[in-house]
Amino acid sequence: MQASTRQPYPEMNTPTAGTNTPPMDAARPLADTAHKLSVTDLNFYYGKFQALQNISMEIFANQVTACIGPSGCGKSTFLRTLNRMNETVRNTRVEGQILLDGVNIFEQEVAYVRRRVGMVFQRSNPFPKSIFDNVAYGPRINGMVANRAALHEKVEQSLHRAALWDEVKDKLNQSAYGLSGGQQQRLCIARALAVDPEVLLLDEPCSALDPIATAKIEDLIFQLKSSCTIVIVTHNMQQAARVADYTGFFLLGRLIEFDSTTVIFKNPAKQETEDYITGRFG
Amino acid sequence: MRDLHTLRRKTVNVVMLTITGLCTLFAAGTLVFILGYLFVHGGSSLTLDFFTKLPTPVGEAGGGMANAIVGSAKLLALAMVVGVPLGFLGGVYLAEFGGSTFSFVIRYVTDLLNGVPSIVIGIFAYTLIVLPQKHFSTLAGGLALGVMMIPIAVRSSEEFLRTIPNSLREGAMALGASKAKSILTVVIPAAKNGIMTGIMLNLARVAGETAPLLFTSFGNRFWSPGWEQPTSALPVMIFTYAISPYEDWHRQAWSAGFVLLTLVLAVNIFARAVLAKKKHVAR
Amino acid sequence: MAASSTTVPSADPSRPAPNFLERLRGGDEAAYVITFIAAASILLITGMLVYELFINSADARAKFGWAFLFTQTWDPVNDQFGALPFIYGTLVTSFLALLMGIPLGVGAAIFLAELAPPKISDALTFLIELLAAVPSVIYGLLGIFVLVPILRVVEPSLRAVLGWTPFFSGPFYGVSLFSAGVVLAVMIIPFIISISREVILAVPGDQREAALALGATRWETTWDVVVPFAKKGIMGSIFLALARALGETMAVTMVVGNDPKIKASLFAPGYSIAAVIANEFTEATGKLYTSALIELGLVLFALTIVINGVARLLVMGADKYKT
Repeated sequence: MQASTRQPYPEMNTPTAGTNTPPMDAARPLADTAHKLSVTDLNFYYGKFQALQNISMEIFANQVTACIGPSGCGKSTFLRTLNRMNETVRNTRVEGQILLDGVNIFEQEVAYVRRRVGMVFQRSNPFPKSIFDNVAYGPRINGMVANRAALHEKVEQSLHRAALWDEVKDKLNQSAYGLSGGQQQRLCIARALAVDPEVLLLDEPCSALDPIATAKIEDLIFQLKSSCTIVIVTHNMQQAARVADYTGFFLLGRLIEFDSTTVIFKNPAKQETEDYITGRFG
Repeated sequence: MRDLHTLRRKTVNVVMLTITGLCTLFAAGTLVFILGYLFVHGGSSLTLDFFTKLPTPVGEAGGGMANAIVGSAKLLALAMVVGVPLGFLGGVYLAEFGGSTFSFVIRYVTDLLNGVPSIVIGIFAYTLIVLPQKHFSTLAGGLALGVMMIPIAVRSSEEFLRTIPNSLREGAMALGASKAKSILTVVIPAAKNGIMTGIMLNLARVAGETAPLLFTSFGNRFWSPGWEQPTSALPVMIFTYAISPYEDWHRQAWSAGFVLLTLVLAVNIFARAVLAKKKHVAR
Repeated sequence: MAASSTTVPSADPSRPAPNFLERLRGGDEAAYVITFIAAASILLITGMLVYELFINSADARAKFGWAFLFTQTWDPVNDQFGALPFIYGTLVTSFLALLMGIPLGVGAAIFLAELAPPKISDALTFLIELLAAVPSVIYGLLGIFVLVPILRVVEPSLRAVLGWTPFFSGPFYGVSLFSAGVVLAVMIIPFIISISREVILAVPGDQREAALALGATRWETTWDVVVPFAKKGIMGSIFLALARALGETMAVTMVVGNDPKIKASLFAPGYSIAAVIANEFTEATGKLYTSALIELGLVLFALTIVINGVARLLVMGADKYKT
């Protein structure tokens, strides 16, 4: 019989105005390897078109890494290779190596990779099911919980982690489409968190949201990184400066520069980076 | 003169508006007329006997069409078993898995099958089942109706599955669901309203079909147990009674017509209402 | 943030990519195969249909050859079968239906798409599309008991106006090619309206605006600009309606008169391919008789395939399967 699966997550200890999280007793230890994801010489093709050229990058555990760059530079494509979502598109080819905790993701079962590397999309895409069923979907299909009580706990916990519990606790059985845009996006985050991912990929998660909803999600990112590694794609440089520890600048399918956010924004090494940061193009 | 010319154009405008309006009124009025006439002639003479009694011997007054109602129900059940799974799964293939050439061929052939006159489908079922078995049967009739259901089931399933946005499929797969699982647990449930109403409309359509039954299920003045005997069906009875010389049979044909039309239209109106409503819910 | 001792699960050991058997259990391959088989079976069924039609008409085809299509005699007693009366009847009734149905149908479509206020248009369209769901045998019922008596009353006036032509001469008993044409017209009008209306609605708004801005009246905009733009689709709807009319069985059978002869007058009873199959199939004695009827089915099949093919080319995507 499984012991109670009430997972303590450090971010739930962080007091933040507006969220009502109960104090936890123990914290989840940080991952052993400092390099959560290691990308080496990644090349990606849509048919004949090469979208990514020789990308090499390290993504550090429990840090927020941002990918910035002008439209069409390949940052979303890059993000989608990290959980092998590009394989759902026809006529694509990938070369290179992506190591998750030292093991190549292309040699693993894809569903397993996607459970460990979760994704939140640009436009929120909740299923036409109830709020509860949306969050419960991941655990259910991956066979992660033994019984209904455990499932309920998981859902509640995920909604807490996404700072949505208070707003939906009384209407878990209502349709997810009844929520506002910002709430739906946090629901999608809760849904992704429900499978306990080690990495969370966020593809311009706030681009369809108003400033207040955006601020809530940025708070969330800050809280989540203590239990998760976060990679975020954003076209909003101020957002990258606010939330990210590390930033990579993409241009025309290449990774021009990758460093800590402070360096990128204050003292970039490459001219193209500086031009982009200061708004000379893109 | 310019004024006369303008006046002529304005007159033409009004005249054509009136003429086309009358065309529309004629078309819409036909339905009202059909309904009204059937109601008066059929509904008014509808008795309980119609639903409970068997047909009487030729020439005798009275009796009902109980066996025809049951027969139609059996035929439709069999048609559903034949037509819906093949049609639905074919639609799933076209919407979710299809490559370009094979899908094109399937769609083309499906359209071809849809255009085949129902009497030719009847011939097909006859050659396939009645000839080898050397007798008419419910099985043959059900098969004919089932084959008629397939093309529409394919197209409507495919159409409704395609309305489900790709973002939902991606959302499921990003959580670790395989393609098959995401289709089964997210896409099909999301489209289920449309698919179910599609099936209902499909059934309503074949419920009124007469021609393919004329030489497959043929007809029966008594109950038809099992699937291997000829069976009576509502539309066939309407036909048989209408062309007969007996007044009482004519009256019964009207009643049967009323019942059939009411059922068919009720399903159609219900299905369209459900479909129209659904358009406003999805984002 | 002290390290915990008990409650945290260790990281999952890595899971290698699945082999063939595991993938099979996973469901993707199975789902693909099952749905593929379903789709392929549709090809199989259609192929079988054509095959059966061909094989079972072999006797008649062998005996009569291509002359079958041009022979006028239909004499079961002496085993002489020719398709011409039925082809004639099918074409004449369908042509009549189009003659009456196109002006009414296209006119109503224009009204509903262009000239009527939206709420009225929607309500009337809903009613008219319901007409498409009325079973054929109901039209036949009304044809026998309502239309035929009405035509009998109307006939003298028709004869007065058009009696000088050979088409409206001869005795009239109610059931005739003309009656069948009228019933068919009523049946195909909803199809023409439904598809034409969609096609006309799809004409881009700036076309209309350009005409109106030049001072055109509503009708002029519609007739001179919008309808020509939608011409292909409207033609497509007409072909689709024609295909339906050709294959229509019950309503025609009940009012056409069932006489396998070719006469010039529309007032005379006639026969159509579908009607003769419906009426005589179960009474066909002898293999040649049945084979001839099946060959007629083959002819009808070929005819409707061709017309449908042309229709699809014209409507290209505006296909609406009225369920």
